[in-house]
Amino acid sequence: MADELTWKDLEVGNIITEAGNGSFRKTGDWRTERPILDKEKCIKCALCWIYCPDAAIKPSEEGYYEADLYYCKGCGICASICPAGAIKMIAEEEK
Amino acid sequence: MSRRVALEASHAVAEAVRMADVDVTAAYPITPQTHIPERLAEMVADGELSAAYIPVESEHSAMSTCLGAAAVGARTFTATAGQGLELMHEVVYVASSMRYPVVMAVCNRALSAPLSVWGDHSDAMAVRDTGWIQVFCQNGQEAFDLTLWAFRVGEDPKVLFPVMVHLDGFTLSHVTEPVILPEQSEVERFLPRFQYPFALNPDKPMTHGAFGPPEIYSETKLAQEVAFRNSKEVILQGWKEFGDTFGRYYHPVEEYKTENAETLLLTMGAFTETAKIVIDDRRDKGEAIGLISLRLWRPFPFEEFRRTVKGAQLLIVFDRCISFGLGGPVFSEIRSALYDEEPRPKVVGIIGGLGGRDMSEDNFDYVINRGKEIAEKGSGRMLETVGIR
Amino acid sequence: METKTVRFGEKLVTTKEFLAEGHSFCIGCGEALAIRLAMKALGENVIMAMATGCDEVTTTPLPYTSWRIPWMHTLFENTAAEISGIEAGLKILVKKGRMPERDLICVAMGGDGATSDIGIQALSGAFERGHDFIYICLDNEAYMNTGIQRSSATPYGASTTTAPAGKFSMGQVTRKKNMAAIAAAHDIPYVATACPSYRFDLMKKVRKGAELKGPAYIHILSPCPTGWRYRSDLAIEIGQLAVQTGIFPLYEIEYGRYRLNADPPKLKPIEEYLKLQGRYRHLTGEQIQRIQEMVNEDYAKLKEKVAASPL
Repeated sequence: MADELTWKDLEVGNIITEAGNGSFRKTGDWRTERPILDKEKCIKCALCWIYCPDAAIKPSEEGYYEADLYYCKGCGICASICPAGAIKMIAEEEK
Repeated sequence: MSRRVALEASHAVAEAVRMADVDVTAAYPITPQTHIPERLAEMVADGELSAAYIPVESEHSAMSTCLGAAAVGARTFTATAGQGLELMHEVVYVASSMRYPVVMAVCNRALSAPLSVWGDHSDAMAVRDTGWIQVFCQNGQEAFDLTLWAFRVGEDPKVLFPVMVHLDGFTLSHVTEPVILPEQSEVERFLPRFQYPFALNPDKPMTHGAFGPPEIYSETKLAQEVAFRNSKEVILQGWKEFGDTFGRYYHPVEEYKTENAETLLLTMGAFTETAKIVIDDRRDKGEAIGLISLRLWRPFPFEEFRRTVKGAQLLIVFDRCISFGLGGPVFSEIRSALYDEEPRPKVVGIIGGLGGRDMSEDNFDYVINRGKEIAEKGSGRMLETVGIR
Repeated sequence: METKTVRFGEKLVTTKEFLAEGHSFCIGCGEALAIRLAMKALGENVIMAMATGCDEVTTTPLPYTSWRIPWMHTLFENTAAEISGIEAGLKILVKKGRMPERDLICVAMGGDGATSDIGIQALSGAFERGHDFIYICLDNEAYMNTGIQRSSATPYGASTTTAPAGKFSMGQVTRKKNMAAIAAAHDIPYVATACPSYRFDLMKKVRKGAELKGPAYIHILSPCPTGWRYRSDLAIEIGQLAVQTGIFPLYEIEYGRYRLNADPPKLKPIEEYLKLQGRYRHLTGEQIQRIQEMVNEDYAKLKEKVAASPL
């Protein structure tokens, strides 16, 4: 983490040479609600995938689009735009 | 074969930039810097120089454009003066912090208000803490030499810092003098191609200019300072190689008739040549006086400076700038640099040559006489000046 | 990164994410989405210069970066100058044989403050000089990164922290600066407005701007849940309403020719757009009427330009 680095660990000009190394940052713990996909209703239109500001929805092997809860901040855009009503937001503490 | 030609100092700078085969130059016209970008634009227009000449809409953009070009691995140059340097001020800091080795000639000019296009060192002093390697020139040959050298040092992978070459506005920038120009092949031997190891490139995407939260900002600054101080080794090496290649040797502190000198006068920039005449005269009359000049202003050459003044009883520092509420900025730095020395000379500061006010031999005579007087009896004045009514 | 695509009818969109997951844009940020889509349209052969702002601080806290493309930030107001140097540097290095020739897109991004306020001079200079680059303005209509201060892009009637609504003020009392028109006044090859709610329109315009030689300007309305004070799931709907009410029409200006990309037969009343956002909550019926008149005027002016453009 940043607070463990010393001045000797920094690259010249503080350049970051490893592309996308910030992707370990877990933004899922910002969430108060999480999306639940009802696969019965899902029409696999991928709208939720394309409209996710956090790139947190990923195509699955079976062709569904599912939220990666490591990143999903729980904004609810996917649920609000789903034309099939297949995504529901539920409180984070709900099972 | 090298050639000896009559060149205006500004054109000598442009000639050095041409021989360095610069890739990108972005500049905005400001008196007294204009002859440099004009000449470069002409060289590009005539095909003497294969470079992108970018006529930007401000100095802020001039430096910003250079940073963008440097980030993709281009050799970059710009020139400015006075207000232009002030306008680009924040970008000047960024250049050194992000370690882009831009070379910039500054034709030193006074700062407004009142508006003055004429020379002094106020602009240089306003950027002394920006983390650029900074040198001062005394004549046209030095303007050529140090510009060439600036690329060699700044772009060295062990350095990667921008370099500022100061030449006094008008009193140097517009003066025509004989200048020895080397062969292109000699220049190429001295100055390798710029090989920037962090060039922006999709094959290995890097992030330049991430922001520094409090957990890490301090570490970035320490890293910068350590690297900056360490650049001195390459600075000296660069001058040695320059001397070995071209026969002219430069030093962080230039000395003139300093042997056994009890009194030393310190000047920076083009007035040094006028001061030398006064020193000659006084030496002829048997006075134990010498002259020193800071060639390298940043990183400050503590070691060489202390060594040079050792044994002197009085050091008179001539400043072309007022740090308001403090006095001469060079004077205050010099005095601080000597504080831990035992014994150390008395240090006296006198300010003059502001906004294009000339400094005659008589003026320097006054500086020396008054300096000695202050050393003996104290000043009693708020500010010691020369040539100001 | 995988090189898969997702199919939308005829359209294929890459699954590559050039802006990596794990960035810290606010929950439900329309700007993050706009950038994600724009990057998908641009692909990996880009070099980006970005201005200080939300997008810069949420993606690059040292020593980490969310960027998977070459990316550079120096300051707030100089991004267009920086991209000028990048573009000119690449060109001359290729010309001098120091670098292999390749198709690289030079892209600059900045917020509305960086674009229409503090950086407008550098941007105007870069347009005038004709560098081959695409400039994307991510317009969230205020200085959101510093806490919702008004900018010249803040719309009439919106409440911000430096032009707050109060007993004697309705908030912003000036009209939104028409940055696309200012860009167009430079006679650059391509100017367009876009909104992430219209995903394919946005991607098409970004791609077109990148492909045309010379400067291109894309002005993207980027709904901001934090600054506009709406529910975090509404970014898409708000963007749609901005277009459907005519307050933010989607159009493009290609070599001087105007074209509307979405021209609903009847504009929705502006109130539908305003009522979802807390920044407009203080407005009276009369003030809303005034905004409606302004929208009608601006839309009519735009339609005149479209009508005057040869097909």
